[in-house]
Amino acid sequence: MLDLLKIAGKSYQSRLLVGTGKYADFAQTRAAIDASGAEIITVAIRRTNIGQNAGEPSLLDFLPPEEFTYLPNTAGCYSADDAVRTLRLARELLDGHKLVKLEVLGDPNTLYPNMIETLSAAKTLVKDGFDVMVYCSDDPIIAKQLEEIGCCAVMPLASLIGSGMGILNPWNLQIIIANAQIPVLVDAGVGTASDAAIAMELGCQGVLMNTAIAAARDPVLMASAMNKAVKAGREAYLAGRMPKKLYSASPSSPSEGLMTK
Amino acid sequence: MSVTMQLIINGKPRSFDAQNFTVAQLVAHLNLEGKRLAIERNGEIVPRSQFADTDLAEGDKLEIVGAVGGG
Repeated sequence: MLDLLKIAGKSYQSRLLVGTGKYADFAQTRAAIDASGAEIITVAIRRTNIGQNAGEPSLLDFLPPEEFTYLPNTAGCYSADDAVRTLRLARELLDGHKLVKLEVLGDPNTLYPNMIETLSAAKTLVKDGFDVMVYCSDDPIIAKQLEEIGCCAVMPLASLIGSGMGILNPWNLQIIIANAQIPVLVDAGVGTASDAAIAMELGCQGVLMNTAIAAARDPVLMASAMNKAVKAGREAYLAGRMPKKLYSASPSSPSEGLMTK
Repeated sequence: MSVTMQLIINGKPRSFDAQNFTVAQLVAHLNLEGKRLAIERNGEIVPRSQFADTDLAEGDKLEIVGAVGGG
């Protein structure tokens, strides 16, 4: 069955998008990403180390941009201006690459997004020709507005970044998914494989995660689990689950032919 | 008169024993040649294709950035 994730006109086989932060080293980053099967990987844009360590390996040596679709993010940005500036630098850095992840934070403790600044940045970036995948709160009205602005995907949080609390409001996610004409991906808050599967069963087009894999005791094994969970959840969504009933008078084994009757 | 120039690179002042050099020459001097990076000069992006044609001036503020691990 060919079931591809389509974002901004490009198709991907994997519906799991992963971050590249918080790993022990680049080798572990690479091993985890290979196990995850992800094709789209997020990166952050930061000041380059100037000075002594010229020969030091970089992330790009382990994850060549030719092999993956890079998704530069605006992590750490607290204003629309900072986010736009960061992604313009990312575009230059990645040779005109247009697909980006916009996130504008509102609070350094909770990392909750600032949606007013996010909306403002999204408008500027879309006008500037970027394909914007946008991290957002799970407010269905905001998600729709981001779609109307021209974002190519909305990525509501399941719970707060790095919290691993799982999907706290599946009802809001369902409303966002039902209203959206663009892909909805859960970004942030996934803690373990079942969270990812539930997100996919709700009808999300994909899941983006970092900490759930990187902070697992065995990140590579968890990456493999997430790979399977996203696939399992997607198949379950496509298969259409049975209706929930409090009880059923219809056992799975035949009632006919019982020798006790 | 000493021939020096001061630039602010990634937020830190740095002095150079030369004047009239370009972004490309700075990149080479900092051993960053061939690295994937993007440069902003006084808030404006300098496209890689223009590194060799962009002269630096006293007090220029430069941001030199690259991609790192992130979520």
